[in-house]
Amino acid sequence: MLYRESGDFSSTYAEDSQTFPIKFDRYRYYFVLFIAIAVIPFMINDYWVNSLFLPFLIYAIAAIGLNILVGYCGQVSLGTGGFMAVGAYACYKFMTAFPEVSMLVHVLLSGLVTACVGVLFGLPSLRIKGFYLAVATLAAQFFLVWLFNRVPWFYNYSASGQISAPERTFFGIEITGPNTQAWATYLFCLMFVIFSAYVARNLTRGSVGRKWMAIRDMDIAAEIIGVSPLRAKLTAFAVSSFFIGISGALFFSVYLGAVEVGEVFGIQKSFLVLFMIIIGGLGSIFGSFAGAAFLVLLPVALKIVGVDWLGWPTDIVAHLQLVIVGGLIIIFLIAEPHGLAQLWRVAKEKLRLWPFPH
Amino acid sequence: MPEQLAFTIEVFLNGLMAGVLYALVALGFVLIYKASGIFNYAQGVMALFAALTLAGIIDGQVPFSHLINAILGTDIHHFGWHVPAFLAILLTMVVMIGLAYAVQRLVFRHLVGQEPIILFMATIGLAYFLEGVGDLMWGSDIKSMDVGLPQGLNTWIDDTTFNAFGYGFFIDNLDIVASIIAALLVIGLVMFAQYTKQGRAMRAVADDHQAALSVGVSLNFIWILVWSLAGFVALVAGIMWGTKSGVQFSLSLIALKALPVLMLGGFTSIPGAIVGGLIIGVGEKLFEFLIGAPFLGGATENWFAYMLALIFLVFRPQGLFGEKIIERV
Repeated sequence: MLYRESGDFSSTYAEDSQTFPIKFDRYRYYFVLFIAIAVIPFMINDYWVNSLFLPFLIYAIAAIGLNILVGYCGQVSLGTGGFMAVGAYACYKFMTAFPEVSMLVHVLLSGLVTACVGVLFGLPSLRIKGFYLAVATLAAQFFLVWLFNRVPWFYNYSASGQISAPERTFFGIEITGPNTQAWATYLFCLMFVIFSAYVARNLTRGSVGRKWMAIRDMDIAAEIIGVSPLRAKLTAFAVSSFFIGISGALFFSVYLGAVEVGEVFGIQKSFLVLFMIIIGGLGSIFGSFAGAAFLVLLPVALKIVGVDWLGWPTDIVAHLQLVIVGGLIIIFLIAEPHGLAQLWRVAKEKLRLWPFPH
Repeated sequence: MPEQLAFTIEVFLNGLMAGVLYALVALGFVLIYKASGIFNYAQGVMALFAALTLAGIIDGQVPFSHLINAILGTDIHHFGWHVPAFLAILLTMVVMIGLAYAVQRLVFRHLVGQEPIILFMATIGLAYFLEGVGDLMWGSDIKSMDVGLPQGLNTWIDDTTFNAFGYGFFIDNLDIVASIIAALLVIGLVMFAQYTKQGRAMRAVADDHQAALSVGVSLNFIWILVWSLAGFVALVAGIMWGTKSGVQFSLSLIALKALPVLMLGGFTSIPGAIVGGLIIGVGEKLFEFLIGAPFLGGATENWFAYMLALIFLVFRPQGLFGEKIIERV
């Protein structure tokens, strides 16, 4: 009844080409933003922030980044963990080198550093395609992790080889370190999420995004109609790594606080983010959020059901989680290759026609 | 500097042996890729799964015992018998064939005609699934594997080289056995592919699915056959790695190394897998010995193979022996 475009007239070009052309959609979007910005910060405590909201927000940024590369540009990458590590270590170096600068600048700068590294490792994509590229990005993953493990300059010669975030502020409010407030860290990450989603959404529906999709659908044909593969692929790598770098920086500085690179940013992380965008939906910004939410919630839910209700040992639940995640990946690829985002799209389509489906 | 030279030769030989094991895993990839166009990321986990199953059967463990204990509150762990190694290997092979059947029937039959990259991601899902099932079935503790393969220093080589160079080479008996078995396996596979009816059908499917289908080759059967063969290769690789360093999760990570091996050798070539494995094995050991450990702080083995493959591919995207990539619009 509510969800339809009839009666919703646009009288300017700007109105006609806005992101959410349907009024109901638009208000829903404002409503979600309102809840996220003005309601949740007053209700959350440390437990909720650390076990649900921060991981969800940070993984959502990483998933948006990877989705740009894999979902929109078609270049499969298994190096996400390595690029997140670049963001984390860049952030650490900036934080320790310039203590008085705001965290906002640090995080954005570490995104830029990661973008440069991403372009560097994206260069082979001009020659290598398909899984050859996927395996080539594994080189980035293993090399970067090794680099941060072995070169003491990156962890400031600390004895443990770990990096830990010193206390840094944003407009005088503590964001990192042990004495942070739940709402402050939440809002800080939320700011980056909104920024990333806004930028990604508008890039992907503009000319840049169309070039990426042309490359994804058939690169030779795209080249013939005048899309430069060099620029399209490298911009995709740059933008994607920028977001992934931001998420890595937040993951280290705001969420974990201390990081051992091999453990936190290993190959498992690359797969986790890849699974998020497969389950959520390749080539969809909403899908990145849905996938991140799903894979952050699943272990928590399983733990509550398995360990707390049924009283099973934790290792069995952990193994069961592997089985469920693996099984879900296969089921999604068979039944709905476009992921949760496609279910959402279908639901909206049904809603538009309801109650007269024919 | 003869001593340095002797060290280098020893590292070279050890690298060759490690390369054989990489090649063994890579072989499983090539088999499946050639016949069905699926890039099977789960090959490493299949090796782990096979090794776990074998160790569990030999030990007489009850499958899923932890899960059963957790649900029913019982306390069962072992049947209380020990299965002889040979019988256990046969039983494991049956399990692997069952797995091949299930994978083909439940997963890839529904994905026929999908893009290769979707199939690849499905195998990543399969890898997670199998890893979880393996752990649930047999428990996640590190198991030792003993099927009667010889282990330890080969004294004959040690003595001979000591007399010749004044320095005895340390070469593990297990590595020598592994090389011999790998060689036999490759010869066997090539013979099978060349001279048997099923082998010929397998090559026909690899060449062209539709043409093979039109002359009466059953695609389903061939795919199950190929997955079973890959399971067999995984079992052999699992036994070798398991005997060498215990059956544990890192087994599936070692198998990741097979990926650069394939990229170097080309996805479609069995000799390529062997040569690629040897190059990677020797290359990473020599690089670690000559450059990595003295100048770069060690542990370069983690990434050397991938970097080598990456740089190599930039110049030759289809690998050493791969078919030339022709793209049409």
